[in-house]
Amino acid sequence: MSTREYMLGNVAIARGIVEGGGQVISGYPGTPSSEIIGTLAGMKERDFYVEWSVNEKVALEVAAGAAMAGVRSVVTMKHVGLNVAADPLLTLAYTGVKGSMIIIVADDPSCHSSQNEQDTRRYSQFSLIPCLDPSTPQEAKDMIPYAFAFSNKVQMPVIFRPTTRISHGKSDIELGPVEETRPTAEFVKELERWVMVPKNARIQHPHLLEIQKTMQEELENSPWNSLELVDSAKVGVIASGIASVYAKEAVMQQGINASFLKIGTYPVPENKIRTLMENTDKIIIFEEMEPIVEEQVRIIAQQTGSTVEIVGKMPGPVPRIYELNTDICADVLAEVLELERPDVPAEVAEDFDYDRCRIDLPMRPPVMCPGCSHRASFHVMKKVYGKDAIFPSDIGCYTLGIQSGTVDTTLCMGGSITVASGMYQAGEKKPICCSIGDSTFFHTGMNGLLNAIYNKADITVTIVDNRITAMTGHQPNPGMGKLATGEPTIEVSLEELCKGMGAGFVETVDPYDLEKAEEVFKRAKEYKGTSVVITRQFCVIDAKRSGIRRKPFSIDAEKCVGCKLCVNLGCPAIEFDTTTKKASINAMCTGCGVCAALCKFDAITEVKK
Amino acid sequence: MSAEGISKFDLVIAGVGGQGTILASDIIGKAAVKENMSVRAAETHGMAQRGGSVVNHIRLDCELGSMIPMKGADVLLALEPSEALRYLEFLSDDGIIIVNTDPILPVTVTSGLCTYPDVDAIIAKLEESHKVKAFNATELAKEAGHPQSMNVVMVGAVSNYLPVSVDTLVECVRELVPQKTIAINVKAFEMGRYVTQG
Repeated sequence: MSTREYMLGNVAIARGIVEGGGQVISGYPGTPSSEIIGTLAGMKERDFYVEWSVNEKVALEVAAGAAMAGVRSVVTMKHVGLNVAADPLLTLAYTGVKGSMIIIVADDPSCHSSQNEQDTRRYSQFSLIPCLDPSTPQEAKDMIPYAFAFSNKVQMPVIFRPTTRISHGKSDIELGPVEETRPTAEFVKELERWVMVPKNARIQHPHLLEIQKTMQEELENSPWNSLELVDSAKVGVIASGIASVYAKEAVMQQGINASFLKIGTYPVPENKIRTLMENTDKIIIFEEMEPIVEEQVRIIAQQTGSTVEIVGKMPGPVPRIYELNTDICADVLAEVLELERPDVPAEVAEDFDYDRCRIDLPMRPPVMCPGCSHRASFHVMKKVYGKDAIFPSDIGCYTLGIQSGTVDTTLCMGGSITVASGMYQAGEKKPICCSIGDSTFFHTGMNGLLNAIYNKADITVTIVDNRITAMTGHQPNPGMGKLATGEPTIEVSLEELCKGMGAGFVETVDPYDLEKAEEVFKRAKEYKGTSVVITRQFCVIDAKRSGIRRKPFSIDAEKCVGCKLCVNLGCPAIEFDTTTKKASINAMCTGCGVCAALCKFDAITEVKK
Repeated sequence: MSAEGISKFDLVIAGVGGQGTILASDIIGKAAVKENMSVRAAETHGMAQRGGSVVNHIRLDCELGSMIPMKGADVLLALEPSEALRYLEFLSDDGIIIVNTDPILPVTVTSGLCTYPDVDAIIAKLEESHKVKAFNATELAKEAGHPQSMNVVMVGAVSNYLPVSVDTLVECVRELVPQKTIAINVKAFEMGRYVTQG
């Protein structure tokens, strides 16, 4: 029986958690991290506890509590989630852990699905919590059991930082044995360690600084750092995490004679860096985003009085933004080492110019699905509040409504209601109607609503409730009555929650019912104070999976006058023929009926079969 | 071209979110692993999946990174014609393009903001620089039994160029498609394979 399987990086990481004997796993969905818990929660048999928590701060604290009680815990999130969890993170560094704890934070260089491209390794430096940075999905899996053992040994949490290309890369994975032992949860009271009052914090902070050296030495000799010294080479390449495979390929592709230091841990392997410095004249450093390795290399050079030439991004030819790749590494090497790249003409390395093809390609941005209820909610919001109104929005599928005129701001998770409140308190006179999804509302929107109501913000809050956390891949949330594993649980009522926080106007409407929705929004607009409108309709993808089928619609060309009212909804199922000046409905129609309700000429009707 | 010592075969699969590019890539990747090759693949997930342009990289017998360098791919497999043009930069000068001629209009076109180029013009453009195998894979998929099996038609079409045996590929088609659709997909694979033979 083969022990090699082809799998997604995040599935490999989940396998690493199983192999390492993880016992409590919590997290909040966020691309590119979501499939780790998805995989664990979907397993038919499991001997660990797994949950979707309501936000990253909560998730990190749940995992911290488990590790304080002595078991092996893991928390997963995307990079920006760590901002939400930063409060417990920085003090957890003082308390440390008793069992083991891995904080998995998936970074997204190039912002494939994110609002920024912050570098989690900075949090590692900031919090003084060590960090592991995998270069391949295989290494990502193998690092997890190591991280459990290391965390237990040094009694500290460990940050594990895959990037999009690790998490959403696929690879053949050599499986390893599964750890059989399971520490028992038993919390031991130790006030000096677990209660961070000032007196104890002043003891723990110097302790945290003291153990940095021990951790650095232990990590230096781990399998995640490797130095290949080439006797004859005067050039050294240092590369960290995923950048190390790109740099390696560029070195091989161009046949460069160079020593190579691959880094996978922070604090960085200082001895290996010193050895490389002693044996080379020039060091070129490849790392994605922040110059973290480079800063350390420059510090070591200054401390040792080394005169080695250091090439990176401070400043230098290596980009500090976006992902790296083999071509970028090869270009940098060619520039620094004055090599030719005969295989690739210069213009290819530049941004590809579509005009060169003399064919204009239409843009193909991601859009809300055909029949998505957010489109209907946005349509009614715009109609009632007017296009001059201000529409702060939030993070989720509805952010794709950016072209609809109803997404004026997107700052961070939960940042819709609060930004709306601030605009109102600033004296903005235009009507303000913000939008936030159900899961985002449970995440950090609730606090903002409480604040808006308490401080009398005269705004409308639209909770676009599609009964699921859709954008990240359809994870359950507290409003759905089911757990991560599918097990039934209490269904938290958005209406009662809002009323409980003091909202005087809370109404729920089906956004497909345009007439009713318009009437509700009109009353919400007139209401003095914070009004809440919950537009509730199942996510179309989830509805289809659970067997809900609606009859599609079609347009009677005889009746269509080409007014484009339906086309302007921006539904991918509605097409407009510029020669005949008529609209038509394609096979993607899911039968929401919104366009039919909108048509003033009764041209759109349900297909009768 | 895939370089010796780095990768044996580099394939770029381009398409539109929802067309099944990930399944197509999975069939090939899994088959190569069964034949004891190391595989590296990169996929588009998350925000870009909602009807957006998607691209997968897949490298067979490769132990480095999953991203294929510019002008590095041996074959560009495009499930949609305009997407072939969008990712042409990854194809090597001697590389081959296998393209489905059935267009999917983006919302920028359906709403009248942009125009979609003439499919024949796209193919002619591709043919100026590369060897092209263009055919309507969606029609073949319908003949096989379901339009959604278009991605498997395309896997069949590229099978003639892959360093992986047909038997292993078909075995992986059977393992990865939904149980009820095995017969349709195996037929789709065979129809695709037939088109690019010879």
